[in-house]
Amino acid sequence: METYTLIVLLLAATIRVATPLLLAAIAGMFSERSGIIDLGLEGKMLGAAFAAASVSAVTGSAWLGLGAGILTAVALALLIGFACITHRGNQVVAGMAVTIMVSGLGPTLGLAWFNLGGQTPQLDGPGQRFTELAWPWAEQARALPFPGLLYAELLGGHNLIVYLAAALVPFSAWVLYRTRFGLRLRAVGENPHAVDTAGISVNALRYQAVAISGVLCGVAGTYLSTAASAGFVRDMTAGKGYLALAALIFGKWRPWPTLGACLLFAFTDALATRLQGVALPIVGVIPVQFILALPYVLTVLLLAGFVGKAVAPKAIGVPYAKEK
Amino acid sequence: MISPRRSLALLILSGAVRLAAAADFQPAIVYDFGGKNDRSFNQSASEGAERFKKDTGIAFREFEVTNAAQREQAMAQLARRGATIIVAVGFTQASAVEKVAKEFPAVKFTIIDAVVDLPNVQSVNFREQESSFLCGMAAAMASKTGKVGFVGGMDIPLIRKFALGYTEGAKYVNPAVEVFQNMTGTTPAAWGDPTKGAELAKSQIGRGADVIFHAAGNTGGGVMQAAKDAGKLSIGCDSNQDYLHPGSVLTSAVKRVDVAVYKAFTDEKNGTWKPGPVVLGLAEDGVGYSLDEYNRKVITPEMEARLNQARANIISGKIKVSEYKAQ
Repeated sequence: METYTLIVLLLAATIRVATPLLLAAIAGMFSERSGIIDLGLEGKMLGAAFAAASVSAVTGSAWLGLGAGILTAVALALLIGFACITHRGNQVVAGMAVTIMVSGLGPTLGLAWFNLGGQTPQLDGPGQRFTELAWPWAEQARALPFPGLLYAELLGGHNLIVYLAAALVPFSAWVLYRTRFGLRLRAVGENPHAVDTAGISVNALRYQAVAISGVLCGVAGTYLSTAASAGFVRDMTAGKGYLALAALIFGKWRPWPTLGACLLFAFTDALATRLQGVALPIVGVIPVQFILALPYVLTVLLLAGFVGKAVAPKAIGVPYAKEK
Repeated sequence: MISPRRSLALLILSGAVRLAAAADFQPAIVYDFGGKNDRSFNQSASEGAERFKKDTGIAFREFEVTNAAQREQAMAQLARRGATIIVAVGFTQASAVEKVAKEFPAVKFTIIDAVVDLPNVQSVNFREQESSFLCGMAAAMASKTGKVGFVGGMDIPLIRKFALGYTEGAKYVNPAVEVFQNMTGTTPAAWGDPTKGAELAKSQIGRGADVIFHAAGNTGGGVMQAAKDAGKLSIGCDSNQDYLHPGSVLTSAVKRVDVAVYKAFTDEKNGTWKPGPVVLGLAEDGVGYSLDEYNRKVITPEMEARLNQARANIISGKIKVSEYKAQ
């Protein structure tokens, strides 16, 4: 019984931790499938987190915060696009530049606007955050361990963005494999010359892909600052953008395997949180340091041994120039 | 290779700087990771410095460290620019203080939460286990489930000190109490990760904890938010954090870093500053638990009476609180 409760709580935590990773990974998928390396994930998320928290703090509306987060991330994405698509700049450098710029710009603007040392004010008021949605009869259902607890903790009890992220996986799979846009997107990442020959603008497609990546990063950043916590603090993405990129490669640039990778990373993270100080059979209490390293050890092992060859889109990282 | 003439000029120049430095009193403070607005440890230090400025009208220089390489540079820079006393906030600054203090023997240093044994360094430490003990008592008294939690920041002896005092205090009230302990990480980044803090708090709440104490700087903000969201109680740390979520914060383990900073500045100004170790505990009012209009409703008169009794007993030595010693 105790174990069952623990497992349900562990899975619920996995879902919460996986949400921003998944959003960012799918964002990266759209961009990379079109041939643009997305190292700016971290920066776009961070910028969105800051914008969302600031706007929500000032206006008192989490929805306006979400709007601001998306706008900011799209603006940053278009900046990367402008450098990489229009001017055919190096994509890795552009992405890193945006990330570094935002990690300095956010706290600086925060300091100027709120005078709280680069943080935004605590989001406390009603409607300033995306809070957990209580499903109907969740409290009553909790009394029944099975399937009540599953219903209350695992299915219900998350905020709106979590459900949005969950719905995104089948939707993006449909877009990518079942629509004309998806076909063109995949083609432009594999062989842009062929797409161009067919009379479709490579640049326009890539700009669209980059903008979609911006929208999703905006949602991910908003989740971090207005749902998972209550306000922006410096560098609050804490490497999640890079982890999402790893999950994307791990998932071979495909929506469902990427979901699996995100859930795995999140699960090891949630497990690490819960294994601390718990005495396990046979081995006893494991040192904290080992537990904290566990997700990364697992990642390396899995990437090295079990995934097989991850083949990137062929034209990734190569700026497209029409033959002269 | 510096030419003799240039080195002479440098000598004169640095001499002039030294003279100027000796002539007037100039305090400076270097904050640790988390920044001066962490609503916790560093903020407390900053409040002490601000109070000094308000009372004396003397401005102070400050520096917020954002990466480890900056510590030494910042301190050396402040010393070179004529600071007469530099307060270094946080144990991570110890090695930088040691190096810079040797380099600038005329400048006085006060380090908080660490010991640096040099003739121009004062080392201020707190008996955090004593205030943690009281908070542990409060937690055990307020808990309905008999399960309480602790979320630490970086896994270091200082934070273990909090954890041990807290556990002892909780067991003092209710020997059967269960205390969950979690550390956020093993690097300084663990002070600034509220998302992880919230996740740790949620995991403890999931296991049945209904009062959670944090000693985690900025990370603690997430802990307190998660406790509030779940309708549970939290205990603040270092600064008085009762005002953050009135009614949901049971109390705060207050560490008067502000007093230490204020005193270091004032003593230096009056010429009474002394190097060597200083230890502040309940008896010196260096640590304590907070009680104000924000948590008045959650601390019952019986709890208050029992806490004050325990406080007196700790001061008189009737209750012995163990101090965590790193092996």
